[in-house]
Amino acid sequence: MLWLQQLGQIGLRFVSRLGMSLVFLIHALYGAVRCLPRFSLVIQQLFSIGVLTMLIILVSGLFVGMVLGLQGYNQLVNFSAESSLGLVVALFLVRELGPVLSALLFAGRAGSALTAEIGLMKATEQLSAMEMMAVDPMKRVIGPRFVAGLIAVPLLAAMMSAVGVLGGYLIGHGQFGVDPGVYWTSMQNGVDFVDDILNGVIKSVVFGFIVTWVALFEGYDAIPTSEGVSRATTRTVVTSSLAVLGGDFILTALMFGGL
Amino acid sequence: MKQKTIEIWVGIFMMIGIAALMMLAFKVSGSAGGGGDVYRINARFENVGGLNEKAPVMIGGVRIGRVADIRIDKEDFSAVVGMDIDSKYDNLPSDTGASILTSGLLGAQFVGLDPGAEDLYLEKGDELEITQSAIQLESLISQFMFSQAGKGDNSGDDDN
Repeated sequence: MLWLQQLGQIGLRFVSRLGMSLVFLIHALYGAVRCLPRFSLVIQQLFSIGVLTMLIILVSGLFVGMVLGLQGYNQLVNFSAESSLGLVVALFLVRELGPVLSALLFAGRAGSALTAEIGLMKATEQLSAMEMMAVDPMKRVIGPRFVAGLIAVPLLAAMMSAVGVLGGYLIGHGQFGVDPGVYWTSMQNGVDFVDDILNGVIKSVVFGFIVTWVALFEGYDAIPTSEGVSRATTRTVVTSSLAVLGGDFILTALMFGGL
Repeated sequence: MKQKTIEIWVGIFMMIGIAALMMLAFKVSGSAGGGGDVYRINARFENVGGLNEKAPVMIGGVRIGRVADIRIDKEDFSAVVGMDIDSKYDNLPSDTGASILTSGLLGAQFVGLDPGAEDLYLEKGDELEITQSAIQLESLISQFMFSQAGKGDNSGDDDN
């Protein structure tokens, strides 16, 4: 009987957290709309979650592109199809790796920071203090971070794809001597603007939404102790990474067929 | 950090992000600018082989359009290939022929057009009369095998 009760407890807790996060999402979206007139708040958040994440995205994008170039070339050369290297690298990056990896890195670099910041604000009762002063924390704290996350992630994903394509070019042309014209032409012939690039951007918008939502909710919902904040930070990274990967499967199946 | 420095950095961030998007749109896909005016012509083939939609349409190796759709005619079951030709090239003679070719031995298939000599030009919705189906490697190989087998029998007879 005990294990049945425990199972029920877990189920109830899961459903109630899901409901709470949805209510939180509605409040956060409303706060995000209302914070737009004070755009300087959003810019501040764009700095701390966008600009500071840019470097890690650019560096990892370059390395991912170079690895794709190496692996792709070594396999394609067996079929003397190394002229398709540009296409392979670009499709991998634009469709999958750009949006997914940048969302995962964003969750680790910025999502965890968001959770810790808001959790600590809650633990030190800054949020309650704001409410006492009739400042709505949804509008002042949550809203700007939400908007900034939605803007930052698609831009970061685009940067990662672009830098990765350049990294693949560096390896393909510099190391293996693939003709530059062939590299870019195979890419331009095979990559479609709507099917590939636009779908990649849509993916990264969805991922930005998911990661920011999870991070803000975990912070807002954290138990206001140092242990609670640390646990919430861990949960942010785990939950948002899983949600991004699961969401990626669904989005890929919807966009490129299969379901 | 001062508000001004933050704003400058965010400006740089947005610039790089938008530049990356532009690069993806124009340099990587190369089709965002090319969505210009096109006109549709059709060609009827017995067999289109492995031709795909979006395959290039070329004259003399220069891309002038792409395959827009491939469907089957319900009456005579021939394959009808619709091609979007760039409206820059609006002076294709009406007796232009189309054939399905392969780039390289095992490369992707494309439609090659051979311009004719008529004074009339192809217009939107016209159908090409002279077409040549895709070369099918399997049937070529089987033909070759049969002819070889036949030869083998003949030479056997000669020996006897």
